[in-house]
Amino acid sequence: MSGDGLLMRAAQAFLAPLLAVALAMVVGDLLILTYGESPATVYALLLEGTWGNWYGFGQVIYKTMTLTCTGLAFAYAARAGLFNVGAEGQLAAGGFAAALVGLLLPASIPGVIAVPVCIAASMIAGGASGAIPGVLRARFGASEVIVTIMLNFVLLALLNYVVASHMAVPETLHTAEMNAGFVARLGSLFPVFAGSAANLTIVVAVLVAVFAWWKLFRTRSGYELRAVGLQPDAAEYGGIPVSRVWFRAMVWSGAFAGLGGINFVLGYKHYYEEGFAAGSGFLGIAVALVGRNHPLGILIAALLFATLSQGGLAVNALVPKQLVDILQAVVILAVATTVPEVQRLLRKTAASLVRRDAAEATP
Amino acid sequence: MSAPATTATWAVRMSQVSKHFGSVQANRDVTLEVANGEIHALVGENGAGKSTLMHILSGLHTPSGGRVEVLGRDVTGWDTNEAIAAGVGMVHQHFMLVPTLTVAENLVLGREPRRGLQLDEARAVEDVRALAARTGLRVDPTRSVAELSVGEAQRVEILKVLYRGARILVLDEPTAVLSPPEVDELWTVLRGLRAQGDTIIIITHKLDEVVAISDTITVMRDGRSVSRLATADTTPRDIARAMVGRDVTLAHDFPANDLAARDVSSARAALEVRDLVVRGDRGTPVIEQLSFRVQPGEILGIAGVEGNGQTELLEVLAGLRRAHSGRVLLNGQEITSLDVRARADAGLSHIPEDRHRRGLVLDYSVSDNLLLGRQHHFTSRLGGLDKTRIERHAETQIRAFDIRPSDPTLPARALSGGNQQKIVIAREMGRSFTVLLAAQPTRGVDVGAIEFIHSQLRAARDSGKAVLLVSADLSEVLALADRIAVMYEGRFACVLPATECNAEILGPYMTGADREVVS
Repeated sequence: MSGDGLLMRAAQAFLAPLLAVALAMVVGDLLILTYGESPATVYALLLEGTWGNWYGFGQVIYKTMTLTCTGLAFAYAARAGLFNVGAEGQLAAGGFAAALVGLLLPASIPGVIAVPVCIAASMIAGGASGAIPGVLRARFGASEVIVTIMLNFVLLALLNYVVASHMAVPETLHTAEMNAGFVARLGSLFPVFAGSAANLTIVVAVLVAVFAWWKLFRTRSGYELRAVGLQPDAAEYGGIPVSRVWFRAMVWSGAFAGLGGINFVLGYKHYYEEGFAAGSGFLGIAVALVGRNHPLGILIAALLFATLSQGGLAVNALVPKQLVDILQAVVILAVATTVPEVQRLLRKTAASLVRRDAAEATP
Repeated sequence: MSAPATTATWAVRMSQVSKHFGSVQANRDVTLEVANGEIHALVGENGAGKSTLMHILSGLHTPSGGRVEVLGRDVTGWDTNEAIAAGVGMVHQHFMLVPTLTVAENLVLGREPRRGLQLDEARAVEDVRALAARTGLRVDPTRSVAELSVGEAQRVEILKVLYRGARILVLDEPTAVLSPPEVDELWTVLRGLRAQGDTIIIITHKLDEVVAISDTITVMRDGRSVSRLATADTTPRDIARAMVGRDVTLAHDFPANDLAARDVSSARAALEVRDLVVRGDRGTPVIEQLSFRVQPGEILGIAGVEGNGQTELLEVLAGLRRAHSGRVLLNGQEITSLDVRARADAGLSHIPEDRHRRGLVLDYSVSDNLLLGRQHHFTSRLGGLDKTRIERHAETQIRAFDIRPSDPTLPARALSGGNQQKIVIAREMGRSFTVLLAAQPTRGVDVGAIEFIHSQLRAARDSGKAVLLVSADLSEVLALADRIAVMYEGRFACVLPATECNAEILGPYMTGADREVVS
């Protein structure tokens, strides 16, 4: 009986995203045809440029790392009923903190110490960025949507200012190279990956996904967090401190996003650069949505979106790479309308609007 | 009054009606025959298919099979507009009124009398006044709906249906929110409408109401119509048996509670409230200077119309709301400033009034719901949850409290109302506690589950627990409590031994007409 249930659940979980991808491909067909190209050729090229050669596959892995982190960030907050739209800023803060620590550490420090310290710095900086909207929500009831959106601008502007006026290498928008905290590229271990940005931080991302899964579904704090997200009133009745859970969820959410920064900083360029992963924070929302806020689903969804963005470059010769943006948008829209979390959120918003109207109407 | 069984014309005749939603069969081969000018009670447990059947009659649903006739005309599959035009009107359980508009404006909504392009306010008021006078549904047409009491709002709902020309009225559980005097008034109005030749179908699961008001009864069970009875020739026991399909113990089969039989007056109070003051969400006082004690081995029942501070009182006692001033003591220990978890660990159990909002996380499994509020007792090192212990705990509770289906992995949402409530009962009563707060413990559950829950509450009392029972169902309070307090506007209007109480005595206190000073 429970085996059947599991199968059903798995089928339900994968059905919507698979249908979404199929729909996106049909839309893609039509667009490709308007360019006078053959859909089969374009899709073949897309696959060839991503999964068909080691370099392309390495690029996919590289992009998967950041998207996994920002996807987890969104999902973790969403499980607590919060909408963290601030991964963009939290990601940048995490990357900056990792680079800063890497710059401050002396070159003599061995990697086994320097790398964990840099990783911790990225998570702390991301967590602190998440703590601000967390406190404002838990204490004062400020909408975390508004606060995280605005905080993106504040954080990015602040970092740009600090880097541009105090830390940048002349003529560039990036800091000097770090002294310590380098993570090996895949190319240095497996020569076939040579040239691609893929690096060992992907292992960290997978471990963090497993950690997030364990925390959400196997611990008391995860049980309480999901209860708060599903039914805050019932959680309160069950003795769960709702505000404190919200605060903690935002801190962890920010920490996951901040961790995404080590991909570029520790694994690839070894410095912080303005806009190093622009867009990855927002794309994380889509990843979480398609991955249905489940860490395993997010890993798969991150791989899908990474493939699409890398594939956009591969097919650029035949069709504009914006084609891939459209494919991503169709996947997001199709999934968004079917995912129950979204439907619930929409219903809740509608209900609260009605309630507010009623409250205003009655004197 | 007996059913006019010889009447040749049926107001409503539904035969072999079936309705399924996906794979769920809500109605199968239902027969309903309602004579012209009678009051017909449609009874059955929750989920028996009563509302679905009435939604088919009023055009909200299309039947999957069968035939619907109204006044001899085949109307199978009609829509709501056609139903209204043919004089079939449904008064829903939840009010559908615009609070900012006046009574008259609400009534004429959709078919406003006009003068030029404007609403003819004066005529609307006049029309409504005339209709109110003719039917006995007295309500001032110029008042805004937001100011009305629940009973008045319901009158407006009925007037609205009548204003649209309904001659066949369907009322879905109309007494759920009314006080006893308001119920009596409603009966008078319905009898008046019957005298004018209107036909009334009333959905209910309260047996005493069926006996009080109806001429004929159709009983539904599991989506089928199982019997059609003339009220005059039947007893509540027969009706209950038809509803459940077996013999049931009714609440009033138990002898009246005898406080003297068990000496509880000398014992120390298990729950004590002193000078409690509670402010509502808008800062207005909702509970004023309330003091009372509940002894071990006693059920203190709080009766009263909803909205007189009962909800806030229980929230304060459970730790979900702050008291403005006053003290709460549990077994002599001050708990006023403790949080929910600390109170639970001190021996307080709480069956909340709204299981869908508070009592259950509907998307959590039965097993996870049995954990709610107790999760810190199932936590191992590193904060992980102890899965084997949780599973064993769930299996034990499911068996002990007969939760069906017995699969602990099902989401609570998938269970019937009665079984959902059993999850809450199992969690709160299946552990050690000294004081139980039970709010509306049988709301929206079927007769079989009511019987079970009542026996659990009695067993808790008999084993020396203190129970504070809050219920809008006066007969439930009368059946279970040892002492009864009536709450009115944030105070106890009276506290009486149950042996001295009945609905006639308590009714006036519930409406605030009568008040006894309670120290």
